[in-house]
Amino acid sequence: MIQTLHKLWRNHGGLHLDYHKEDSNAAPTRHLPMAEELIIPLQQHSGYKPTLTVNAGDYVYKGQELASHTGFMKVPVHASTSGTITAIEERPIAHPSGLSDVCIILKPDGKDDWGNARMPTYPDPSQVDGEILRQRICAAGIVGMGGAVFPAAIKLNVHDNIPIEALIINGAECEPYITCDDRLMREKPLEILRGVQIMMHIIATQRCLIGIEDNKPEAIAAMQAACEELGEQRIEIIPIPTLYPSGSEKQLIKILTGKEVPSGGRPSTLGIVCHNPATARAIYRAVVLGEPLIDRYLTITGKGVAQPCNVEVPLGTPIQHLIAHSGGYTPAAKRLAMGGPMMGVSLHTDQIPVVKATNCILVSDIPESEQQPALPCIRCGLCAEACPVTLLPQQLYWHSRARDFDKAEQYHLFDCIECGCCAYVCPSHIRLVDYYRFAKAEIRTQRDAKTKANIARERHDFHQERLERAKREKAEKLAKHKEQAQTNTDDGKKAAIQAALERAKAKKAEAAAQTTTGETTE
Amino acid sequence: MLTAILIVSGLAAVFGLLLGYAAIRYKVEGDPIADKVDAILPQTQCGQCGFPGCRPYAEAIAKGEADINHCPPGGEATIKALAELLGVEAKPLNDENGEHSSVPLVAVIDENTCIGCTLCIQACPVDAIVGAAKHMHTIIESECTGCKLCLPPCPVDCIAMVPAKVEPATWKWPYPVYTLTQQSAPSNDANAQAPKVAS
Repeated sequence: MIQTLHKLWRNHGGLHLDYHKEDSNAAPTRHLPMAEELIIPLQQHSGYKPTLTVNAGDYVYKGQELASHTGFMKVPVHASTSGTITAIEERPIAHPSGLSDVCIILKPDGKDDWGNARMPTYPDPSQVDGEILRQRICAAGIVGMGGAVFPAAIKLNVHDNIPIEALIINGAECEPYITCDDRLMREKPLEILRGVQIMMHIIATQRCLIGIEDNKPEAIAAMQAACEELGEQRIEIIPIPTLYPSGSEKQLIKILTGKEVPSGGRPSTLGIVCHNPATARAIYRAVVLGEPLIDRYLTITGKGVAQPCNVEVPLGTPIQHLIAHSGGYTPAAKRLAMGGPMMGVSLHTDQIPVVKATNCILVSDIPESEQQPALPCIRCGLCAEACPVTLLPQQLYWHSRARDFDKAEQYHLFDCIECGCCAYVCPSHIRLVDYYRFAKAEIRTQRDAKTKANIARERHDFHQERLERAKREKAEKLAKHKEQAQTNTDDGKKAAIQAALERAKAKKAEAAAQTTTGETTE
Repeated sequence: MLTAILIVSGLAAVFGLLLGYAAIRYKVEGDPIADKVDAILPQTQCGQCGFPGCRPYAEAIAKGEADINHCPPGGEATIKALAELLGVEAKPLNDENGEHSSVPLVAVIDENTCIGCTLCIQACPVDAIVGAAKHMHTIIESECTGCKLCLPPCPVDCIAMVPAKVEPATWKWPYPVYTLTQQSAPSNDANAQAPKVAS
């Protein structure tokens, strides 16, 4: 085993948690029978809603585009299998608000027929221009599959003035219970690495670091073996110490390179691009096989489910279907969540579908309402010790609670990654992250209101100007009429007739001159 | 004695000239205070303050002709911001101007009832209504400020104010509230707030 010695850096804070990874990572990934109905939300990425291109009643092939991406920050969605679109309506989606959003309801016909919906393939991507590959990634609907669902093509659009030193693949998977990236790296390491090669070609970098937490020795071994098989010298597999939240983008960059992403900045300003292994695999499949992003690996786990496992399912599969095929709920099932126990979103129904962001379905045995009651903050400072971003969670808490948003922003509220370390260590059980989310949402709403007010002001100014212009024009017209009425005396009329006659004469003469010149030239 | 008087009066003359020149050279166009006030106002253009739009109200505030508590759409937040800007005491909203609605409102036209009279189009201060004579009108929801100025001119009463629809993209994380249950905490609030003493 080749193990390059790589210097690692240590982040501030962080936690050692109970990982429960062995609950679900032992068995190979399963493929389930197709659900009776797929619910495909129109928006599965961070950005704006794509434009629908199908209607209810249409027959669609597997991989066919359902909504198009033309426009800024839009990502298309594709049919996960062949079948008929029965409806386009609002259904509950995985969102902390529990609200509904527009979804495309697809009834599979069981044929799983690609038709001619498969995109043209590029068997040797290294010979293709990076921009063309990037457009393919965009058209394939690929987003960051670690959970942030940022459009991958935009992340790969690097500026020429900052050369990219390294591509970082985030295989840390630091949250407890989740093992889908672990299984993916064990089962499809070659596909991931080929995807990595495509990304390195697009961003023109000669170095790739793949960070994997050392509680996944099988994944590390599989990736290293695949790396040797490909004879790839540019890619380094780096085991990193298991410590939550090493899988956060900025934290992983610090661990692997020692560089800190500046407040409010992006990793690309440091010459680094960071992606998830599942995204790399999706890119490989989109470019080499011509398949859009229509399925994903995810973990079904927790004490509330009978047979925790990993599955590869089409996007749009209802969670209820997944639970039914993993042994159903156990009597301990109390809370359903999407994501891990630290950052997951509680779901109020299992009718919610799997989306591009779904890396884990966690059925935990602790109901949300029975969490310990919050006690007053005793200013112990444990939260500041645990914070991986070296913020002052206590100050943020006080200011957010008091709705003093300017102060909260001064304490770098927007650098908070909402990892939940502070709330986890809090001896008073204060749900600190909820306060930060509240304050962030409030600040964003205020900013939006300000932009909206500015637009309203502009529109009002334009409205006023238009009214005034109309008034002025009317007055001018009136004045002209008056003037004409005055000149319409006999003298004026005569003069006008004379002028018209002269104009006609001049025109005639001109025409005659033209015809003569025309004849002579002929 | 005389030299002192001369020096002082000389200095006064020099500085007077300097200040006079500066006043002309660095003359500020417009009214900076009115601009700042206008930036705080919600730009609903509803006229509930008694002025024809936000800008005239801002100018009146800047001149000291109007009080800061006449803006119902802005509510308490706007009054607080204005008080901070102008260095005056914040006061409750003047009831005579109207009530503050905690949720943003938008106008909706019942398109079956609309007769296409164009009166609401003329009343809209931000041109958020589209339509033509004897054709159905509709409201561009994203541009509507919720000023209610389109309501009175409508001859068939087909415009209603409804709360703006909350979508996942516009949803706000609520202020954290704890529900105390019988099993996990004493029912009494005061007890629940008391710090636990380690035993």
